[in-house]
Amino acid sequence: MTLESLEKTAAEGPPPESPATAGEPTLPEPPPSAEKRFLRYGMMPHMLCPGCGHGIVFEAMLRALSSRYEQLDDIAFVAGIGCSSRVVGYVDACTLHTTHGRPLTFATGLKLARPELKVVVVTGDGDGLSIGGNHLIHAARRNVDLTCVLFNNEIYGMTGGQLAPTTIPGAYTSTSPQGNAETPFDAARLVEAAGATYVARAQSYRTREFEEVFLQALDHRGFSFVEVMTDCTEYFGRTNRLGNGADLLFSQARVEPAIDADLAGRSTLQEVPPRPVRPVLEMGVLHESSRPTLDQAMKLSGAGS
Amino acid sequence: MSQQLIQGNEACARGALAAGCSFFAGYPISPSSEIAELLARELPPRGSVFIQMEDEIASMGAVLGASLGGRRAMTATSGPGFTLMQEHLGYASLAEIPCVVIDVMRGGPSTGLPTSPAQGDVMQARWGSHGDRATIALAPGSVQEVYSLTIEAFRLAETLRTPVAVLYDEVIGHMREGVELREPTPDELGRRTSPRTAFSPTFLPYAPDENGVAMVPDFGRGYRFHVTGLMHDERGYPTSDNAKVAELLERLERKLEPAVAAVPPERYRLDDASVVLIAYGIVARTARAAVDVLRREGIRAGLLRTRLLWPLPAAALTEVSRSAELVVVAEMNRGQWALEVERLAGDTTVLSPYLKAGGSVITAEELAGHVRRLTREGVAVS
Ligand SMILES: Cc1ncc(C[n+]2csc(CCOP(=O)(O)OP(=O)(O)O)c2C)c(N)n1
Ligand code: SF4
Ligand SMILES: [Mg+2]
Repeated sequence: MTLESLEKTAAEGPPPESPATAGEPTLPEPPPSAEKRFLRYGMMPHMLCPGCGHGIVFEAMLRALSSRYEQLDDIAFVAGIGCSSRVVGYVDACTLHTTHGRPLTFATGLKLARPELKVVVVTGDGDGLSIGGNHLIHAARRNVDLTCVLFNNEIYGMTGGQLAPTTIPGAYTSTSPQGNAETPFDAARLVEAAGATYVARAQSYRTREFEEVFLQALDHRGFSFVEVMTDCTEYFGRTNRLGNGADLLFSQARVEPAIDADLAGRSTLQEVPPRPVRPVLEMGVLHESSRPTLDQAMKLSGAGS
Repeated sequence: MSQQLIQGNEACARGALAAGCSFFAGYPISPSSEIAELLARELPPRGSVFIQMEDEIASMGAVLGASLGGRRAMTATSGPGFTLMQEHLGYASLAEIPCVVIDVMRGGPSTGLPTSPAQGDVMQARWGSHGDRATIALAPGSVQEVYSLTIEAFRLAETLRTPVAVLYDEVIGHMREGVELREPTPDELGRRTSPRTAFSPTFLPYAPDENGVAMVPDFGRGYRFHVTGLMHDERGYPTSDNAKVAELLERLERKLEPAVAAVPPERYRLDDASVVLIAYGIVARTARAAVDVLRREGIRAGLLRTRLLWPLPAAALTEVSRSAELVVVAEMNRGQWALEVERLAGDTTVLSPYLKAGGSVITAEELAGHVRRLTREGVAVS
């Protein structure tokens, strides 16, 4: 499909899967999948690489949203800069693609200005934990009533695979050619310690579980945080010779006996020394508590409700 | 109407309230903190928002988020904080998000002279953010003018959808003068541009109106659209089409032109002047006194006092600097605006700026002495 024809479809929604030709008998069109109605077709083609875990998580986000909302007029999606942050542009809603590391600052201002709007922040591990780490802990401390989803692929994808504050020890990146010498952040625990009132961790490997915690986070009043482990196939996967997108997905689940056994036979995962080992991370809801949100404490609206 | 004896920073906060500011985010820094402190008291009882953020980057981000939510939003800072805000000022210019930034200037670079006056941020206001950013910067010269130009800053920001900086130095910020706190008229308040059509899938949030200002709606008002700091087309979608990018940059510069007529310079004893002083802010006051001193001595001196630093009031500067024999730009820095005037002055005009960046105000006597020396040397006829 050419760019121009894509631009044309921007206004009209999804292109028909199979254009009906005159005279030929046609089968009824399958209804577009629920999550597709929230896509902004004018923005296509998207910029994610084949196999990128961000796409899997994004699709799961749309699916979860479509189970809850008819349209997204009263939700603002705010993101920083990075491959992960780019996905907000593909949602047909009020979308704000801000500066690197700062989406939570824009989101805080927006939420206080318009407490009735639901605000969802999408950030990356570099965006949210490195350049934007200070804003992350302060947004959690303030209990700003919004949902922050941090796509953690343990690397800077957009800029070509450099070291992130989440890169696991020993992993190779373009700026840690001898293997990472640093200790990574545990994003979920950091945010919990800073005062977040809902903290969960999920994986692109298990989208149903992600959808579940994402919906809980949306329902939560206060600063809700979902760290979702995803994979940068293009840089993290290739540089560390961890295989393709599917291999990486399996590697997220290596502790499970069935999968472990399956992986044992894979040379890409087992035989290239020295290979960084992904730690076993606790998944699911890690913390839940309740205290007044910032807009409630400031008596901006809905105080006490 | 009665006058009130208030400080420059208080006049700024009062001006902001009169202009309908309902959102302030900031981070404490001398010599601007009184603005935040006063708004921290005044905004919440009105149902408006005051928040002290974790730094100036966050403050500017919060201001932009609030502005997109439909608020008249501002922050206040000084040189080091203004530096941290630069990336978001560039964002606001490109994404056309109205906001007002007060920069109460202190000596720099770096932590510099935290509680001394300076005019060192003139070029930071112009070029502090990367790329070819067009911008507006105002320079009030009295406490009264801090009040009125803060109101005007909001009008320009909202009607032209752009960040507007108001620059004044520590002395104006802390000085007390009698001020008339006149309520602005609806015209003086201005209105933000907004879309003229209802939302449809073909809606173009970045389509400009006849003044070249994009008609971007506020968030959550039934319009679904994208805002980005990437170069974008009228849909707000990223583009790297060279022609579209060039057109956008050109429009963003052109749309600010009305600011030049809106904030005209003040001309003092210029009609027959052969010596023209050019000054802004606190220095314009001592320069005015210097003109009177020089006139008494028979030197035909005059003053062009500008209240607009950017966009450059080029026509007025060209006119006065070409008709004069001697032009003295007086400013409290190492010669930032003086270079701009030099570009515009004619070949036959002698330029001899009077510059002082040590942390105190240029006095009338210093300035008069400078002109006296030059006339004695025959640079200009008295
Ligand atoms: C101020 C600033 N510094 C650096 C960059 C370059 N940059 C763009 S994206 C990025 C890293 C993004 O990493 P992450 O948030 O993990 O997103 P990912 O691409 O991995 O999803 C960097 C360093 C920038 N755009 N702005
Ligand atoms: S560079 Fe990595 S993170 Fe970015 S789209 Fe490609 S695979 Fe995904
Ligand atoms: Mg990343």
